[in-house]
Amino acid sequence: MSKVFVFAEHKNGTLKRGAMELLQAAAKSGNTVVGMAVGAGADKAAAEMGHHGATEVHIVKDAGLDAYNSELYASAVASVLEKIQPQILLASATSTGRDLFPRIAARMKTGIASDCIELNISGDNVTAKKPVYSGKAFADVAFENSPLKIVLMRANQLPVAAADNSKTATVVEHALTKPDLKTLIKEIVKGTSEKLDLTEANIIVSGGRGLKEAGNFKLLNDLADVLGATVGASRAVVDAGWVSHGMQVGQTGKTVAPSLYIAVGVSGAIQHLAGMSGSKVIVAINNDPNAPIFQKATYGIVGDLFDVVPKLTEEFKKILKH
Amino acid sequence: MKIFVCIKQVPDTETKIKIGPDASSIDTNGIKWVINPYDEYAIEEAVKFREANAGTQVFVLSVGPNKRVSESLRTALAMGADEGIVVNAPENIDCYSTARALAEVIKAEGGADLIFTGKLAIDDNASSVSQMLAEFLGAPHATVVSKFAMSPEGVTVERDIEGGAKEVLNLKAPAVVGANKGLNTPRYASLPGIMKAKKKVLKEIEFASLNIPATDTKIKYTQLSLPAEKPAVKMIAGDSSAQVAELVKLLRDEAKVL
Repeated sequence: MSKVFVFAEHKNGTLKRGAMELLQAAAKSGNTVVGMAVGAGADKAAAEMGHHGATEVHIVKDAGLDAYNSELYASAVASVLEKIQPQILLASATSTGRDLFPRIAARMKTGIASDCIELNISGDNVTAKKPVYSGKAFADVAFENSPLKIVLMRANQLPVAAADNSKTATVVEHALTKPDLKTLIKEIVKGTSEKLDLTEANIIVSGGRGLKEAGNFKLLNDLADVLGATVGASRAVVDAGWVSHGMQVGQTGKTVAPSLYIAVGVSGAIQHLAGMSGSKVIVAINNDPNAPIFQKATYGIVGDLFDVVPKLTEEFKKILKH
Repeated sequence: MKIFVCIKQVPDTETKIKIGPDASSIDTNGIKWVINPYDEYAIEEAVKFREANAGTQVFVLSVGPNKRVSESLRTALAMGADEGIVVNAPENIDCYSTARALAEVIKAEGGADLIFTGKLAIDDNASSVSQMLAEFLGAPHATVVSKFAMSPEGVTVERDIEGGAKEVLNLKAPAVVGANKGLNTPRYASLPGIMKAKKKVLKEIEFASLNIPATDTKIKYTQLSLPAEKPAVKMIAGDSSAQVAELVKLLRDEAKVL
């Protein structure tokens, strides 16, 4: 039987949704699922990983791994991979995953498919599908000359069933072998938001120039709070300095794929569409019936956002309360 | 000091994508090619650094079909890079082989003191080559960089991480720095810059001469497909209260996303 290795991201021991998706997909493939978690809370994450299908979980709890450091993470993961020798590695295409795994692929002399949205595991083989050319096409990716096939999946692409608490994993703890470090973290400046990152969010409320001024983002924050959504923005309002670049969706911003994307006062320039057309359901609210965003939308409302959005917030409040 | 900037030529975002006869790559006829937008920040940062630090040389490097990739290198030279190197390679070689080629060329040129790239290329959105190149050179890397400074102690960068957070890293040089938007405002190539660029050295190296084995090809596209036709948008009519009520109902009962 082949081994599928899942690198699970967690927040203080609580698994991220992407990690659950990968563990369950790996378990469904019929292969042995070996997990890995690092940093503070790795032991708690390991227990949770068992409930999602891992039979064996490797953890490294060294404090040097509490925050992401590419060299320390690469060293920790590569040394466990050398021991386990899995055929397939799955991780999420997050800020950490995207930075780390190409480096590991180069170290292990193997291939990586990044930013994937579909995954087909068959024995020790895996193929994946990914958007290319700003979502204007999709590529089926196959591996060659790769003893370990690494696939980075976008979050929210795979189903997650409830955890099965009767299933548990054997936990193996490892010490961290520290390489001669060339990378030091000097400082981490926390973001203002405790919400999920745009790339992981299941619901996104995004604002554009139609909001007229920075202060009106409050309307979107209120709506997002009710929905548990993350707030995004178009390039125009980021360039105008209304919100930070970390909130930009689209080319030169973030590529997102939530279940629900609500575009408020966003006209839908091709650079914006490039970043969000992978969303499952798109709602567009705009006063211009000819705005290009309506061509990509599932549902469209032509109207005054200053009238529509507060009402929408109230309506969601009513139905989501119970 | 020697700075290498690695750039990629990509189809312009506005270009219509058609699938080629082999069904696994795009039809390159009629494509407008541009420098990958993030690579422009990389070029700008290197040129800015050279302007502030006498004795610095900026080499701009790219892998791909010689003829068209050279155009992007000329643009980079017009922006102020000193010398160009094109590695003449077939279309669509994978990230691993590309990073190997870049590493070989940089080593053959006597090594780099600093390397800039874009944080990712907008065609394959892989964000892989910078980190692979760093690994092949034994150098540290930082991607998604929005602030850069260099001192005798090394490189200091600020990178954008999740949820709007930022981190400040110290890297030992030589390091690979992957530029994000916000790092700077790339200049346009000026007319005098374009004239000067014509006289600058643009060296050609054959990919085949780098002796990168076929086994360094790690992934391939077996098929390209176009997105499925989206069903037409459902426009919701009525006054705002009716629109809102209908939308919420559709999201809950039809789309089932709530």
